[in-house]
Amino acid sequence: MIPTSHYLFLSLALFTIGVIGVLTRRNVIIILMSIELILNAVNINLVAFSRMFGNVNGQIFAIFVITDAAAEAAVGLGIIIAFFRNRPTVLADEMDILKW
Amino acid sequence: MPSRYIPILIYAILAAAFPAVTLIIFKFIRPDSTSAGAKLKPYECGIPPESDARGRYSVRFYIVAILFVIFDVETIFLFPWAVQFNALGLYGLVTMFVFLGILIIGYIWLYKKGALEWV
Amino acid sequence: MFAPIEDLYRLAPELVLCTFGILVMLAEPFVPRKRSGLVAFLALLGAGAALAATRLSWAHPGTAFYGLVRVDDFSIFLHFVVGAVAVLVILGSRDYLEREGLHRGEFYALVLFATAGMGVMVSAQELVTAFIGLEISSISSYILASFRRNVPKSNESAMKYFLLGSFATSFFLYGVALVYGATGTTLLSRMDSASGNPTLLRLGLGMIFIGLAFKVASAPFQLWTPDVYEGAPTPVTALLSSGPKAAAFALLLRIFDTVFAASQLWVWAIWVSAALTMFAGNLAALVQSNVKRMLAYSSIAHAGYILVAFAARNEIGTAAVLFYLVAYALMKLGAFTMVTHLGGEGERRLEINDYAGLGSQQPAAAAFLTLYLFSLLGLPVTAGFLGKFYIFNAALKSHLVWLAVLLAINTVISAYYYLRVIVVMYMREPQKEWAATPIPRAVGLVLVLTAAGTLYLGLFPNYLMEFATQSAVLPR
Repeated sequence: MIPTSHYLFLSLALFTIGVIGVLTRRNVIIILMSIELILNAVNINLVAFSRMFGNVNGQIFAIFVITDAAAEAAVGLGIIIAFFRNRPTVLADEMDILKW
Repeated sequence: MPSRYIPILIYAILAAAFPAVTLIIFKFIRPDSTSAGAKLKPYECGIPPESDARGRYSVRFYIVAILFVIFDVETIFLFPWAVQFNALGLYGLVTMFVFLGILIIGYIWLYKKGALEWV
Repeated sequence: MFAPIEDLYRLAPELVLCTFGILVMLAEPFVPRKRSGLVAFLALLGAGAALAATRLSWAHPGTAFYGLVRVDDFSIFLHFVVGAVAVLVILGSRDYLEREGLHRGEFYALVLFATAGMGVMVSAQELVTAFIGLEISSISSYILASFRRNVPKSNESAMKYFLLGSFATSFFLYGVALVYGATGTTLLSRMDSASGNPTLLRLGLGMIFIGLAFKVASAPFQLWTPDVYEGAPTPVTALLSSGPKAAAFALLLRIFDTVFAASQLWVWAIWVSAALTMFAGNLAALVQSNVKRMLAYSSIAHAGYILVAFAARNEIGTAAVLFYLVAYALMKLGAFTMVTHLGGEGERRLEINDYAGLGSQQPAAAAFLTLYLFSLLGLPVTAGFLGKFYIFNAALKSHLVWLAVLLAINTVISAYYYLRVIVVMYMREPQKEWAATPIPRAVGLVLVLTAAGTLYLGLFPNYLMEFATQSAVLPR
């Protein structure tokens, strides 16, 4: 039986990688991937807690998070493509028409 | 109960044997690709590549891929329902049909919008 | 084990909004382009029906669907707010969309879906439901922000909104997961009784606060606001600045008032955030030359004012928040609708200096804009004045003297940039000739409704204030 804390540390590591990715990467697609990493860290947490408490709330929540991640990815990639059609770049620091 | 793990042992042997056996058999029947200098190609056996693998794809692949992801992920809601089908009963069935109905409306919408046409 | 019919009544506004959203989406490809007014009418009907459905669900207070949502005066009040915002936005955007060649049914469908998400948010009793509502409204608004998809500004605005918005959502979610881990439940009402790990709970609540602070655009998480508001199509900016903000404040209030640990933890964060937000908004607004951007900073400042009432932590404060949300939605919707109309084709007339001479050329438009700006500034006889008065009152009752002083200082600072627009409109000679287009009927209706509402609340606030006070008592 693996203790819950192990899962939490794994999730925390994923979360940290995701946050660092969002903050340091320039390519918006990699930023999007980092956000997805954070969502997966959330899922690991939820399922681990769900097992710890012996109720299924966390697992059901994880299903909703997965659906939300898919919807977010679809919309996000759509926005990136619409952007790319007008200005051929995917680098966050070149998005400077509006003062950041 | 070690006897209960025998199927797993058989499965493990099968899994390990499959690549070994196929590699050995195909060693005899495949053409010798190294002679064509294919060692440096992206796909060592098979068709020689036509162009750079990092070329651009048409954006239509994006639409197809995203539509797949959306409809694929929606099926995740079918699994808990299927597992608890008897317990949920008629109420679960009706709810699931409402959910699928909404998905079908989305499908009709994108069909009429021409998202599925490969121009 | 069918859900009782009562439950459906309690969810009626969301059901109506989603049904009409789907109908609009389905009607869009089938209705010929010449008769596209039909789609707009259907959407308007849907938003109106949602208001009627809110009235219906008012008669059935209580929790629904195993305690996931609750109908009480608080949720009804905010349902009316977001429903009315949807009606006004749909009314005001038709002519804009026609002018920009963007008239698509999906616009209205997304507005209706976003409103449904806000409705779920304000009645949520449980964090998963709250998260779903938050995401329905956020994802719809990301798409709405990029609706002018051939305009680089709109693309960029949507991109920034999407990236930062989903980053904030992931923080919110991580917080929810930790809270679930600490208490074993996602129901707000059960959190206090659950004996859990207090450190984990505090960490989770902190992250939830960060996620929601982003949504209401309070400092230090307000940086996205000016870019998104400037780049998004102006009717969408009107929606973003009123509806989602009200819903996110409602969720904050709900968690704050229901979970004791949250109120313990957040009170200082809110104090600091309120002070920072007011200054961040007002000081940056001073140097803006673009009207939309100036109004965006002003909406950050107003989020700060609302947080002051929040920090008061009593029922007077909650009532002040609710009253101010209504007043704020009215004046922001009015101001952005006016900016939409004045912008002209392609949204070119957006600099403050472009408004020179408006007072003599288009006196009606200038008068409306002046009224909204007075209300935003908080001059007497307008809703903004009484809203600020109630906030002051709540802050002083809770002995938040310093916060009240900062609020007063900020009001004085804000006078400069609001009055500057009025001075330019009435006292400067125009440098460029702008074609004065007549105000379309639907836009005129929005302007009259918001202006009348602003004046009505400024003169006779009692009815709304009574309703707000009654709604401020959250059942635990």
